[in-house]
Amino acid sequence: MTEQTMTVSLPTRGVGLGILQTYGVYLAIIVLLLYNFFFTPNFFNIGNFRTQFVQVVPALIVALGMALVIGTEGIDLSVGGVMALAAAVMPLYIGYGLIPVVMIAIVVGGLVGVINGSLVAFIGVQPIVATLSLMVTGRGIALLIAHEQLVSITDPTILAIGRGTVVGIPCSMIIAVVAVLLIAVLVNRTTFGKQLIAIGGSRRAAELSGLPVKRILLMVYILCAVLAAIAGIIGTARLGASVPSTLGNLIELSAITAVVVGGTPLTGGQVKVIGTIAGAALLQFISATLNQHNVPDAYSQIAQAIIILFAVYIQRGRLAVR
Amino acid sequence: MTVAIEQSVKPAVDNRARRELIASVLQSYGAAVALVVLLVVGAFSFPTFLTFSNLSNILTQSSFPLIVAVGMTFVILTGGIDLSVGSMFALGGVLAAYGSSWGIVGAVVLPLVVCGMIGLFQGLLVAYGKMAPFIVTLAGLLAVRGLVLAVTNGGSTTPLIKNPAFTAVGQDGIFGIHWTVIVALVGVILGTLALSRTRAGQSIFAVGGSESASIFMGLPVARVKLSVYIVSGLCAGVAGALNAGYSSSGVPIVGVGLELSAISAVVIGGTLLVGGRGSLVGTLAGVLLLSVIQNMINQVGSLNSSVQAVVSGVFLAIVVVIQTVLSRSQRL
Amino acid sequence: MTIEPPTTAPLPGSVEAPVLEARGVTKRFAGVTALRSVDFAVRPGESLALMGENGAGKSTLIKVLTGVYQPDEGELLLGGSIAKFARPLDAQRAGISTIYQEVNLIPLMSVAQNIFLGREPRNRFGLIDFTKMVADARGLLDVYGIDVDVRKPLRSLALGVQQMVALARSVSINARIVIMDEPTSSLEAREVETLFSVVSLLREQGIAIVYVSHRMDEIYRVAERIVILRDGAVVRVGQLSDIPRVELVSLMLGRSVEKVRRSGSTAFSATNASTAPPVLVAEDLSRRHQIDGVDMQIRPGEVVGLGGLLGSGRSETLKAIAGVMQLDRGRVTVDGKPVRSGSVPAAIRAGIVMLPEDRKAEGIVPNLSVRDNIVLAALPRLSHAGFSSRRNQDAVVEVFMKRLHIKASSPDQIVSELSGGNQQKVMIARWLAMRPKVLLLDEPTRGIDVGAKAEVQALIDELAREGLAIVLVSSEVEEVVEGSGRVIVLRDGSIETELQGADVDEEHLLAALAGVNE
Repeated sequence: MTEQTMTVSLPTRGVGLGILQTYGVYLAIIVLLLYNFFFTPNFFNIGNFRTQFVQVVPALIVALGMALVIGTEGIDLSVGGVMALAAAVMPLYIGYGLIPVVMIAIVVGGLVGVINGSLVAFIGVQPIVATLSLMVTGRGIALLIAHEQLVSITDPTILAIGRGTVVGIPCSMIIAVVAVLLIAVLVNRTTFGKQLIAIGGSRRAAELSGLPVKRILLMVYILCAVLAAIAGIIGTARLGASVPSTLGNLIELSAITAVVVGGTPLTGGQVKVIGTIAGAALLQFISATLNQHNVPDAYSQIAQAIIILFAVYIQRGRLAVR
Repeated sequence: MTVAIEQSVKPAVDNRARRELIASVLQSYGAAVALVVLLVVGAFSFPTFLTFSNLSNILTQSSFPLIVAVGMTFVILTGGIDLSVGSMFALGGVLAAYGSSWGIVGAVVLPLVVCGMIGLFQGLLVAYGKMAPFIVTLAGLLAVRGLVLAVTNGGSTTPLIKNPAFTAVGQDGIFGIHWTVIVALVGVILGTLALSRTRAGQSIFAVGGSESASIFMGLPVARVKLSVYIVSGLCAGVAGALNAGYSSSGVPIVGVGLELSAISAVVIGGTLLVGGRGSLVGTLAGVLLLSVIQNMINQVGSLNSSVQAVVSGVFLAIVVVIQTVLSRSQRL
Repeated sequence: MTIEPPTTAPLPGSVEAPVLEARGVTKRFAGVTALRSVDFAVRPGESLALMGENGAGKSTLIKVLTGVYQPDEGELLLGGSIAKFARPLDAQRAGISTIYQEVNLIPLMSVAQNIFLGREPRNRFGLIDFTKMVADARGLLDVYGIDVDVRKPLRSLALGVQQMVALARSVSINARIVIMDEPTSSLEAREVETLFSVVSLLREQGIAIVYVSHRMDEIYRVAERIVILRDGAVVRVGQLSDIPRVELVSLMLGRSVEKVRRSGSTAFSATNASTAPPVLVAEDLSRRHQIDGVDMQIRPGEVVGLGGLLGSGRSETLKAIAGVMQLDRGRVTVDGKPVRSGSVPAAIRAGIVMLPEDRKAEGIVPNLSVRDNIVLAALPRLSHAGFSSRRNQDAVVEVFMKRLHIKASSPDQIVSELSGGNQQKVMIARWLAMRPKVLLLDEPTRGIDVGAKAEVQALIDELAREGLAIVLVSSEVEEVVEGSGRVIVLRDGSIETELQGADVDEEHLLAALAGVNE
């Protein structure tokens, strides 16, 4: 009797809140753009937008991986550590050329993903806890590898990843677009994507339907870490230096926020790729707007924190709808 | 039929009881045992290790993270987490420096009030806003660090402590033991008393042990959760203030990553990350263990602070895996 | 266990005014009436049994009595005056305690701590006086003859003892009424005895007991009066000594013994017995506390009913075969090939699929579309090199939506928006898309409307005719009887009897369910 009724009587939430949850991010972007259009000089020009896009690339790529993890009702706090690790190993192999350097960085990131994923999928550690230890260890190892030094990178092929252009389009942007397309296809068009969403929607139902739940979880954490490593490569290339001490610091926060603001609930079962892009863009526009109005870094940090809390608070209502 | 079942089950129960015993001993005293082993190893390996000055130095260095970890223990016991303590630590130090213009009272009260308020705000969001603790306090980490930068001209100002009495609290001591150590130990003792001998303390364990059962038994779950975030904020603020006294100034960039070493120490000390079980004495052992390791690394010579991060992170991972595996075997 | 007459004669006090009373309580959920004007009263010192099958409204009634739900109509009277419980805590404070099968205590804390949580004895410094607490806890448990070290963590005790601790806690607070919801479902026989002696102790203290259980032996032992619910209404209130077992079962299931021979009202046709060699063979399926030595053989084209009251092990048997539940003992083979125990993918590969009882929690993925839910299990087969093929999916989805008459605005509609019946058809479609050999159905028509029910029943028939081997579990007697060619009846985790041929009728089934052997 109760079972029957619960499927019918979903908690009715305010229509206004529902719209805010689904479209709030786009609304906020429009409002922000309008504000900048009227009050920020030199905001609306190609150069500025290009800068914004290039700047948002690492956070966006990390957010894509995070969206997958959150889709399975997980979380990955170690992405910043992975970026630092990727940055730290790059200078070690710089003599071997572009491909080996990139491959090594990605493999190292993937290894972190294997650890995270194994802890979560096979041992059953809560995702927050499992990834927390790599959040600290990852950066620590990175600093040890780099002897806490900043190493500048001069190899032009590597620098091109961050600074170069192909027919006028920045390389990092191309990578981001490719990543977005791949993840979008993965989520919407592959068996794997469907299965990971089903796991987040109802792990029990997925298990009873014979899905390889553990293997999929492992893969998801590996993917997230690999994407973080790619973000680390791009970030390093853009800086022209391997800076494991600060690269990707607090990126887990921006990535989680971008995902949640974009409409993917923290309770899993959905992955909104477009929403995640919008979420990352919104965060970027906010910091850019604060920046261009010469708001000191300090206040812009506080403002971002408040916006994050607000956004997550609004999305929190989604918990009820399941 | 029932008789047969019972007979076949008996040895399994005995086995389980033994496993549980080993598990609980390992969990409660693992850090203390490791600490003793390390002290012995240190004593034989480094001639200067077991000297009074070195041990006193270890204690002093441990006192600040210990105070932070005391607050963190309260939060983790309820099944929550507070990632903002590193920023709160820095804020406490800066505010103590500013507050010291009004004497020692200002240096103590200002950080306590502000950090307590921030803890309160975070607690409200977690307890009544029903938001995930990690995201609330992660945002807190960002915001409070921003606040620190805001009151120090973007981190370029390092306010000095203007009250000699307060500097004395940070730097002097009695019988060669720093006051900061005494404050930390008093914190451990008072906290232990509060946790184990008061109703409020019992309800902290209850909430972490099973939130739904706590609600069912009529405990004030939201108020308990709220209070632990206040305690954690206060502890981080005090630790920061004492650290400012110790270094004669409120340095805006201190405390980065402190949340992780505090969490590691708490968990290594046998407190379950899912809450409901743990002790401040364990936390004390956990903090000392990490400090001793750091000290031994320094003795070897390759002075490298990131080793600390790696060591505590690896420890954290190992302990968490053990905890998960043990608790799973206990559930079956 | 043998049937015994009620051990306690009605107390002289049982004519006194009820301590707790419900008058005309009605509770609706989104248009579905879960309780229909229910009257219910329990007197001090009395032990009252509350019985009913799944969906009868038992749990809703308990939730109304304990403040979890508020009644839409009607009122509760506590000691003669109207009481309103806004939340469970209010009911607890008013003296109504509930002992659930799941113990609502803190496993990591000690027995004494659990008993006194929130009201620990304190010394004059305001600190908890552990010596007194331990002594008090010991004294309290001694009264009930429970001998445990109260300083040990609760978790280290057997479940039955944990329940006693919960009981001791609530009684020591101020319980006037104790509601026991299936308290014995995970207890050893010895623990059950302890529970019963505690129950009589409580009654001597004038505490009223509301005892909910599916175990008939227990009910007759522990209770003197009974309230039987069916479809949200009270169908019988009376002295247990006046109600024989078979009548009790038939009241619960809504089938009167006299009328069982009338023509069927389900959509099943007569099922033919099959002569093919069995596709599914299960031997000696056993798991502690749940099932014990269950054997069965199912032939293709056969629908075998698995009868039994709640808690008889019927769902557990299905779960064991489907690989959901790890077995202590026993094996399952399909077409002679053994199936790895405890692995769902292995069972599915072997051709065994199960429609779970709890559709909402274990079946549908609520936030996904009808299409995604149907193809969930079959995805790998419908994909090319990992890419899900929309065309392959659409082909399957279209076939099944048509064949099963799934009513959805489109395959893209979110499945949780569908009615229960259509959700169930989606689930069946998910499994048919796997082309199974054995279909295990656990309550396939529970909570779905009459029309959909008939459709599902007709479908089961049709699938059997096409050669599928089907095992059907249902709490509805007529569904089992009319749907199945033979019925295996389970009781307390083992096979009680098997009804075949002409014996497959309601009369025989009811007798078997009640444990009355001719």
